[in-house]
Amino acid sequence: MNVIIIGAGPAGCEAAFRLANEGIQVDLIEKENSTGGNLNNWYQLFPDRKSAKDLNTILSNHLQHPHIRLHLNTEATDITREENGKTSVQLSDGALLTGDALLLATGFKLFEAQRKEEYGYGIYENVITSVNLENKFINHQITMRSGALPQRIGFIHCVGSRDEKICNYHCSKLCCITAVKQAIETRELLPEAEIICFYMDMRMFGPGYEEMYRKAQEKYNIKFIRGRLSEASENQNKQIIIKAEDTLIGKPLRMTLDLLVLMVGMEASEGSQKAASQLHLTQAPSGFIQPADPHYGNNRTNQEGVFIAGCCSAPMNLTDTLADARSAANTISEWLNRNTQH
Amino acid sequence: MELLGKEQIWKEYQKEIADNNYFYARSCIRQTFFPGSEWVYLDILRNKLHKNVIDDPRHTTCTGIGYHSDVVPIETIMTVVARHFALMTEAGYENLTPSCITSFGIYTEILDTWEHHPEIEEKIREYLYKATRREFKKPRNLAHTSDIIYKFRNEIASQILHPLKNIHTGRPLKVVDHIGCHYAKMFPSKGIGGAEFPAVLTGMIEAWGGEPIDYPERRHCCGFGFRNYLVMANRGFSVANSKKKFESMQPYEPDFIVANCPGCAMFLDKWQYTISEMEGITYGANGYGIPVLTYEEMAALVLGYDPWDIGLQMHQVAVEPLLDKMGIPYDPDKKYCNSRGESLGAPKCPTYLKIK
Amino acid sequence: MNFWGYSISEARVIDYDKNDKSLATCLAQNAPSSKLCIGCGGCTATCTAGNLTEFNIRKLQMLVKRGENNEIRQQLHKCMLCGKCTLVCPRGVDTRKMILTLIDYLHRQSL
Repeated sequence: MNVIIIGAGPAGCEAAFRLANEGIQVDLIEKENSTGGNLNNWYQLFPDRKSAKDLNTILSNHLQHPHIRLHLNTEATDITREENGKTSVQLSDGALLTGDALLLATGFKLFEAQRKEEYGYGIYENVITSVNLENKFINHQITMRSGALPQRIGFIHCVGSRDEKICNYHCSKLCCITAVKQAIETRELLPEAEIICFYMDMRMFGPGYEEMYRKAQEKYNIKFIRGRLSEASENQNKQIIIKAEDTLIGKPLRMTLDLLVLMVGMEASEGSQKAASQLHLTQAPSGFIQPADPHYGNNRTNQEGVFIAGCCSAPMNLTDTLADARSAANTISEWLNRNTQH
Repeated sequence: MELLGKEQIWKEYQKEIADNNYFYARSCIRQTFFPGSEWVYLDILRNKLHKNVIDDPRHTTCTGIGYHSDVVPIETIMTVVARHFALMTEAGYENLTPSCITSFGIYTEILDTWEHHPEIEEKIREYLYKATRREFKKPRNLAHTSDIIYKFRNEIASQILHPLKNIHTGRPLKVVDHIGCHYAKMFPSKGIGGAEFPAVLTGMIEAWGGEPIDYPERRHCCGFGFRNYLVMANRGFSVANSKKKFESMQPYEPDFIVANCPGCAMFLDKWQYTISEMEGITYGANGYGIPVLTYEEMAALVLGYDPWDIGLQMHQVAVEPLLDKMGIPYDPDKKYCNSRGESLGAPKCPTYLKIK
Repeated sequence: MNFWGYSISEARVIDYDKNDKSLATCLAQNAPSSKLCIGCGGCTATCTAGNLTEFNIRKLQMLVKRGENNEIRQQLHKCMLCGKCTLVCPRGVDTRKMILTLIDYLHRQSL
């Protein structure tokens, strides 16, 4: 019995390991030259501030398994369902794989911040994304482009999420807690700075999240203003001037920031979109792949033998992604056992 | 400011602009307050760019001012616009080029409405036929006249006499561009460069040697707002918007403002006088205001037209400091003379705003 | 009536750069629990004064945090210090301490 997994991010790695432990042969396909996917962009994880690198190492060490064949720098160019129920995957290196089942772990892609033109990403030098900020954490230094230390920093939630104007109705779920985490990390590097989060709703859904939000207010002196950024512009000092409404006061508000951080949301990855169209999978309006059933068939799709794990089906945090991957491994191994018995 | 990011946006917002044979639609405000602008636009198109353009005297107001002030119902404005389309059709043209930004916005809005609601278009066709026995084809191409000048900005650049440079310092003039709200805020895809970073005027400024200024309140409305200006009780917040813009642009020491909307050009010009009289504040150097040009006037100046021929004496804020910087010759004694050389009488001097 | 028949409107925007935040700083120092507010409005809903007047304790402390201090002066003394708001606050904000801190600061300023 063998399974092909597309995508070696956290979901793909975890599912591969669990399936291999069941004695199932796994081909794990990754288009980049290393595993870990979007996890490679992160420095510390919420809510416990563990190192993202450590988790990445654990996940990739698990791949040293006799039943796992890892194909790095390889793309799945064409996916077809065979008449015998198997799935064949054409790889960019010329190889053709055939699997008894296919698991899509194609993950998400980050919202391209320049699409929110009015926020000036790519135009104003002191507008950065949450991912750019993670990179600054890795180097333990947050500066403006000029090299100066920022005195006032604004975090903008929901960039690319809950926004009809860029055709994304969905909530990316993680940006709120990421902003809280990043605001705290920023405070540790810049004890004197004023740090303000602009949110629409604080969606602290995970264990320990609300507590972290509270700690951000109480201990780290992070301010929270309810209101969505309507536009940003640049002044002569290359600072960013923002306009928002303080909706709990009911007045428009403007202020100058030294650094504007856009909490970019999650969108269906190109890999997910491509696989969905080649396999005729049902997609949610957001483009994510829709599970066969949200409660009891969360890893199955509308195609028999094609499974999903992690953020290709919806924005998820790492805890849920890894649990979803284990659940997918379980679902697949049950399905394989049932199918081989007949 | 990183130009690369802007250029990326500009690439996405390009629109089709007809190459020749334009049906011209005049603007109520522009022909009243900047009459030289419309004359010189036609002259540039015909005699410098050798284009065919028709200026039909039967063309009327689009009633946009009344529409935006809640006194003209939508069926009425649609029927008036339908008549303009009929005049264009009868003249054998299919490229409509309004001079007014609000007219441009209204034409765009009406065409879009008809596309989504063909039954409304049918109804309007019937109204027009019953009222005038006219029928029409919809324009094949709709472009604002600033789009036309943008399209031919490089052709104009090749004939330039006075580039947008300070002849004393050799440096490019700092130019504030102001885009009328109805140009792209309603339909970003219909404006060159979109709504957030419009390229229509900055394209001209750069092609003719100037340096566009991106100041914090660049995207803000001039404050005209139709009913907000027209009703005196509301005028205070109309002028407050222009004031906000002047305060935001002043630190950049702009040499002039250029607008593509006739209403904006008028208010940015005249409000400087109002603000100076009310509060004693002026925004240019040495007690002068910041000169405000229409894009036609800007094109005419770089092409070497006489400042008084293109109507710059109609401006509230004196343009002489700008003419001096550009090295454009002018006769101060002829400023307030008519075409026969007779004196028209000079206007009264403002209390604070320096005009000579 | 001036010659013009109108005057230039003042902006009602919160100008955070220019506003005086010394009261906000004083509040954060002397009633640090005020930082925990999540704007739920439980306090205002139950407020004795707020049910009869414009007094809105939730909004008032937010105005202070943004440096919009003018409204505070007229409103603050309407509080009856009954303590019901402290009782309902889900975040444990010491609203009583908050009010007393603000009153004290304004009193010292007016001396």
